[in-house]
Amino acid sequence: MKNPIRILIVLLAMGGAWPAQAALKVLATTSDWGALVTELGGERVNVYVATNALQDVHRVEAKPSLVARARTADLLVATGAELEIGWLPVLVQESGNAHIQPGAPGYFEVVSALRLLEVPTKVDRSMGDIHPLGNPHVQLDPHNIALIAHALSARLAQLEPAQAAYYAQREKDFDTRWSAAIARWEAKAVPLKGVPVVIMHRDQAYLCHWLGLNEIASIEPKPGVPPTAAYLGQLVSKLTGSPPRVIMINAYNDAKAANWLSERVHAPVVTLPFSVGGTPAAKDLFGLFDDSLDKLLAAVK
Amino acid sequence: MMSFRPMVALLALSMLPAVAPAADDVAALRAELQELKSDYGARVDALEARIQQLESSGQAAAALPPPEPSPPPAPAGGANAFNPAISLILGGSYTSTSRDPSDWNIAGFPPSGGEVGPGERSFNLGESELTLSASIDPYFSGVLTAAITGENEIEVEEAYFRTTALQNGLSVKGGRFLSGFGYLNEVHAHAWDFVDQPLVYQALFGGQFKQNGVQLKWLAPTDLFMEFGAEAGNGDGFPSTRRARNGLNGVTLFAHVGGDIGDDTSWRAGASWLDQHAEDRSAGEDAVGDPLLEGFTGDSRTWVADAVFKWAPSPRRQLKVQGEYLHRDEDGTFVFDPAGIATLANYRNAQSGWYLQSVYQFAARWRAGIRYDSLDSGSDTAELHPDRLSLMLDWNPSEFSRLRAQYDWDNARDDGEQDRILRLQYIYGIGAHGAHKY
Repeated sequence: MKNPIRILIVLLAMGGAWPAQAALKVLATTSDWGALVTELGGERVNVYVATNALQDVHRVEAKPSLVARARTADLLVATGAELEIGWLPVLVQESGNAHIQPGAPGYFEVVSALRLLEVPTKVDRSMGDIHPLGNPHVQLDPHNIALIAHALSARLAQLEPAQAAYYAQREKDFDTRWSAAIARWEAKAVPLKGVPVVIMHRDQAYLCHWLGLNEIASIEPKPGVPPTAAYLGQLVSKLTGSPPRVIMINAYNDAKAANWLSERVHAPVVTLPFSVGGTPAAKDLFGLFDDSLDKLLAAVK
Repeated sequence: MMSFRPMVALLALSMLPAVAPAADDVAALRAELQELKSDYGARVDALEARIQQLESSGQAAAALPPPEPSPPPAPAGGANAFNPAISLILGGSYTSTSRDPSDWNIAGFPPSGGEVGPGERSFNLGESELTLSASIDPYFSGVLTAAITGENEIEVEEAYFRTTALQNGLSVKGGRFLSGFGYLNEVHAHAWDFVDQPLVYQALFGGQFKQNGVQLKWLAPTDLFMEFGAEAGNGDGFPSTRRARNGLNGVTLFAHVGGDIGDDTSWRAGASWLDQHAEDRSAGEDAVGDPLLEGFTGDSRTWVADAVFKWAPSPRRQLKVQGEYLHRDEDGTFVFDPAGIATLANYRNAQSGWYLQSVYQFAARWRAGIRYDSLDSGSDTAELHPDRLSLMLDWNPSEFSRLRAQYDWDNARDDGEQDRILRLQYIYGIGAHGAHKY
């Protein structure tokens, strides 16, 4: 029994000796929020991203490595609106870290800065994986990113009041670059307005909404419910008269159903990054939108 | 009188400006009112037109970035506003066995008194698990899980508080809760990968050990997951018994470490130690159901090694491999009662067991699993080494439903004869979306 106790004491001492002046430790649930915190915090933040773009953020496990990161985090940046409901509550609970409990300054939900699309008036699980608080896949509208940046920067400043000027400066800089990028993207995206598309899941809703794409069908009959052969058959007959120009899927999706549909309705499948890191070109938030637009524009040319 | 008249005059004068213009302006006021009415009418029309326009353009209203964040949707008001999260698990099974399940036992092991064995034949209603949970205040949260059994009884599975405001990786839990040792002990029945617990858990803990007491846990501030826990309880639950004395009645210590290997692979391993004590622990019932006079009094010490490994190369594929080894030493006295004359004798035994299981999710909704159980009762007799092989297949239409088939080749009984068991099971969850532990 002596040795375990000794190890414990050493570890406790290590915990106490954690450098206080070090960068703010941030745990971000997705690569998009990780990228945004990096834009806003620069070298003042040390970001750990819990998931990658090839994972389904609905279905992530509360892995030991994530519990360990939650334990030492000064700030948790989550999407909210129940996107991470299957695993984040466990991380927060197991962390033993009062700083990141809901309601504490170290707990930030990006949806708190936004107005969500598709807030259902009625919820019942027979409707599939619907989100009672609205569609939480908010990252694919750049106007949302701007709003989140503003609120997130304020939160960083609140956590480190001495660095408020630094964070304000970085936010101003980001906002300038981001506004210019939005103008560029919106000019470039004009040919996409009204283009009929088939989507995979409701997680593409914000992108369609921003670009004015016309969603004529969804490969999933209900959110989170994979299509049956019968449903796909109906989809083909429905789409034969008015075919889509593009079938949009995300990097993390299974392409099988989309490819099957593509052959029958003669529309190309476009695999979008969906999140930072989803494709090699989507290295950061700017790359995420550049690549999404380039892929869509190339497909409708 | 003299002074009264000027006052009347004054009064009359003072009223004049009010009365006279009023009479003149009635028409003007009317006109003004009319103007206001038509103005508002026009505004209301304009607003209605705008609402219609916004409605017709679907959710276009949200396109405009709001000047400031809109408040979150108002929660249900009144007395319901603080209602806890409620979730209910419905479960049941169909069982077919080649041998009579009523004589099922684990060779060489004392009866553990829990929910062990394959259960009864044909259709069985499982436990309906009702869980209520909520924050208590800024410092604590509370959970109650009640099981309503197919035999129309209500059992408190878990009822505990836990701290939420402690710093530095510390948390305290108190009440009745699944003890944190090993890996499977803390996993709720609806989240098991097989219909039942491994034989070693059934033999040594009657399925699962619930602590009635307190737990202190500390998480190290390192990137490698390192968790240390200590529990003390009242000893209620096999292999220990309650004792008529103050103080601790059973101590559990555990440590877990874990981490990632690359993006796709994660693991956790641990070691645990339980120091328990039993007093006149019954050795079961006789043929007519009366408790035997035979019993054990003494120390029961168990240590556990556990390891889990998960590989998830895509959102639709996952391989999970887990195994645990449990070893128990018991040292004390035993009352033997073979001929109605109780005899006290020294008793000392070492028993152990292990299982290794693997579950593979080979399609988005399908998982297949294999498990092998092996026990060592501490006896040299060959029949007293029970083992079992299980195969499992389950279909998960959504996160909230699971249909499962499991087939066992079960060599647990002391007569050494195999039992072949088929079980079909359903598990459904309704209500609040639960978050699962690793």
